[in-house]
Amino acid sequence: MYSPALKELLYKIADDQLILGHRNSEWTGFGPLLEEDIAFSSMAQDKIGQSLALYTILHQMGEQPPDTVAFMRNATLFHNCILVELPNGEYDFSLMRHFLYDTALAIRIEMLCTSSFKPLAELSIKIRGELRYHTLHANTWIKQLGSSTEESINRLQSALEFSLPYALGMFEVSPFEKELLEEGIFTGEKILEERWRNKIEEVLRQTQLRLPSWNQVEPISGGRVGKHSEYLQPLLDEMSEVFNIDPTAEW
Amino acid sequence: MKITPEKILEWLESVKDPEIPVLSLVDLGVITGISVHESEVKIEMTPTFVGCPALDMMKQEIAEVLYKNGVEKVDIEVSFKKPWNSDLISLKGKEALKLFGLAPPGPRQLFADLDVLERATCPRCNTSNTELRNIFGATLCRSIHFCNDCKEAFEQFKSL
Repeated sequence: MYSPALKELLYKIADDQLILGHRNSEWTGFGPLLEEDIAFSSMAQDKIGQSLALYTILHQMGEQPPDTVAFMRNATLFHNCILVELPNGEYDFSLMRHFLYDTALAIRIEMLCTSSFKPLAELSIKIRGELRYHTLHANTWIKQLGSSTEESINRLQSALEFSLPYALGMFEVSPFEKELLEEGIFTGEKILEERWRNKIEEVLRQTQLRLPSWNQVEPISGGRVGKHSEYLQPLLDEMSEVFNIDPTAEW
Repeated sequence: MKITPEKILEWLESVKDPEIPVLSLVDLGVITGISVHESEVKIEMTPTFVGCPALDMMKQEIAEVLYKNGVEKVDIEVSFKKPWNSDLISLKGKEALKLFGLAPPGPRQLFADLDVLERATCPRCNTSNTELRNIFGATLCRSIHFCNDCKEAFEQFKSL
């Protein structure tokens, strides 16, 4: 029997990847320059592919098939953090979100490479290499634009201040922390958050961006338990539009 | 004729990566296991990138080739038990990539910064006087570079 703890962990990673994958895909055709258009589109493809692999593991554990869980759940049944569902806004926010989120994901996946749940450990080892390109992309642009013109620094500074409360929501503590730790599945959100803060600080130190002190940032949580912003349901409606017209269509 | 794993590898030589039609799946290194039980064959494979959209097409072509050669039942399992990495591309495969105009991946390493990706070798003139233009390219497995000698862009199969 698979524990609800394991399922919750898999759903939250898969849902984060699916939703941000969809948001990234919205940059296709709209990137501020062709290279960024391609980068966000490629990361979208990686993320949606990785979410499929995670939903496939869940399906093997007895959950509904991947297309059903991706296209037929309402917003309240999604476990993604609120950060990933927010509209793309301007490129500065999309870039900052990409940096804050993918830094956390890369550390989470690194931690899961030694998970006692073998299918997840195997997949994590695979995904780890792909994510290196994502974090490399984020770090390169944050360092470049975070020490560039006054406008780019100001824009990224506002994006950082706006995003941080949502970013802390990524680490909303799960009711299953103890169980996951005891079973050797995952060492927990607290340790992940600590490592993430260190990494974020390390990159931002190389820029002219100022990180507010952590105790002044109030986390915006709720996503992990299905309490989302008003932006998730319209995203899901759009994402499942074709599927809902003809669920049996092959394309 | 008796079906053997060696025979199957030979047949699979004709199945190419749909995105790189000069590279066979065998040379690409995505076939991770072959087992034969009388006229039933089980193939284990793994994708290059998790989100590779060519995977279904590859599976279909593998099955077609095997049926054509008299296999009665084909079972293809995709897993990450033996994950793919770019070092698994054979020497023959790397040469095929170069002839195709795609720089083969360098040795796999844990890169922390852009530096190691900056100096790809140009598949046309072999110089490393090149620049990285984008770590993302036309497909998930390619990056975009520029050769300062040829004054032209080229792509590299990413190291992973």
